[in-house]
Amino acid sequence: MSNVPRELKYTKSHEWILAGDDGLVTIGITDYAQVLLGDMVFIELPEIDKKLDAGDECSVIESVKAASDVYAPVAGTVIAVNEKLVDAPELINEDPYGEGWMFRLQIADVSELDGLMDADAYEAIEADD
Amino acid sequence: MTAKQTPLYQQHVDAGAKIVDFSGWQMPVHYGSQLDEHHAVRQSAGVFDVSHMNIVDLHGTGSKAFLQHLLANDVDRLKNPGKALYSCMLMDDGGIIDDLIVYFMNESWYRMILNAGRHDKDMKWINSSRHDFQNVRLSERPDLAMLAIQGPQAIERFSSLLSDEAADRVAELAVFQACEIDEVFIARTGYTGEDGLELILPGNDAVDLWQQLMMADVKPAGLGARDTLRLEAGMLLYGLDMDETTSPLVSGLGWTVAWQPESRDFIGRRALQAVKRDSHLQRMVGLLLTGRGVLRSHQQVQFADGSSGEITSGSYSPTLARSIALARVPATVKTGDSCKVDIRGRPVSAIVVKCPFVRYGKPCIETEQK
Repeated sequence: MSNVPRELKYTKSHEWILAGDDGLVTIGITDYAQVLLGDMVFIELPEIDKKLDAGDECSVIESVKAASDVYAPVAGTVIAVNEKLVDAPELINEDPYGEGWMFRLQIADVSELDGLMDADAYEAIEADD
Repeated sequence: MTAKQTPLYQQHVDAGAKIVDFSGWQMPVHYGSQLDEHHAVRQSAGVFDVSHMNIVDLHGTGSKAFLQHLLANDVDRLKNPGKALYSCMLMDDGGIIDDLIVYFMNESWYRMILNAGRHDKDMKWINSSRHDFQNVRLSERPDLAMLAIQGPQAIERFSSLLSDEAADRVAELAVFQACEIDEVFIARTGYTGEDGLELILPGNDAVDLWQQLMMADVKPAGLGARDTLRLEAGMLLYGLDMDETTSPLVSGLGWTVAWQPESRDFIGRRALQAVKRDSHLQRMVGLLLTGRGVLRSHQQVQFADGSSGEITSGSYSPTLARSIALARVPATVKTGDSCKVDIRGRPVSAIVVKCPFVRYGKPCIETEQK
């Protein structure tokens, strides 16, 4: 079984969201997704200051097997990206919820987070896959 | 249709494999890390379950004449029992039905190993090509399992399980040569660019051998690693690098077509002969990505003179830590030419290189940009 931390929010497209203070959120891909994709070999991160709408394709991760888009779970402005992933994309495999985080957004509307799934709902999606 | 399993299915599950559907078979794609499995094969020894491959025996005194008609390469080249030959099986228009290995067992017994994904097409084709030939009996061998043990330590570790006498026989095997020891067919062949063996044995014995190999420190490797290993070795994959719409002549497989003797009338010969001297035929080359990203099948390749080609298979090369690909390109393209590959709408720089990319654990190409 894959690891689904209780404190995070999730999307159907397998991103996780950690909501911090003042509308700052950190985003990455789930343990389930990294197992599905296999060994990561290339990451294209979003540009700093880029404004994203919810559902925008904002990043590409490539495993040995295939390329996958990563989507912005909520609308916001990119304020940080995990530069370490450029040279060490395997961090996503090794620590998807920690060292493998991808980018941080400053979101305008905190209530958007309420539309995301909690851990239970995400586990149900995994089970259906 | 229910998914098929090899006799080793439970071993894969127990070893933590991620199982995927592969042409109707439930096969291990990796056992945790495809990259680790790739490196194990390049550096020590790995074992692949390839029991899904289609093993077809041809018995009867008419087998040779039939295969000389069916295959683009000439089984008359096989003189020693156990000797193997790589060949394409063509359609009348020269398109490739499948690529395969055929072993000469004796004058009235040949064994072909064909791709699992082409099983139905192959069997239909072979059967429909057969009516003018007498004394040929076909038998499929789903009762057999097949393992590929590959890597610089593969033969040594496998041989540690054998008697001294049997180990000597394996040590003496020439490349592309097989022998039979106690119901196990042992061939010095593979699909990784490393030294190693392919074993064919009764399905009932497969679990026992697999477990012994694990104890002998041979690492299980999945279909994922098999693909990156063969790509680094510059070996083609049916369905990506060749198919029914491409002939061997545009697939880097001209060397597998035996033109002599001219009297041998193999299927597809006339079509190939008609275009053989066409200097505009496309050809297969290797590409090394110098920019950032990963090359994938069907990406378009643009050359400085305005001509273009297409990537047939691409991936990340674990050995080179760069992305590599095979591509079908215009005949004018030369080794060292630079090009741009369209990766999701972005032109990324690559150069044409000579295959293989990697052989016997060592890079064969320069990866540093001059």
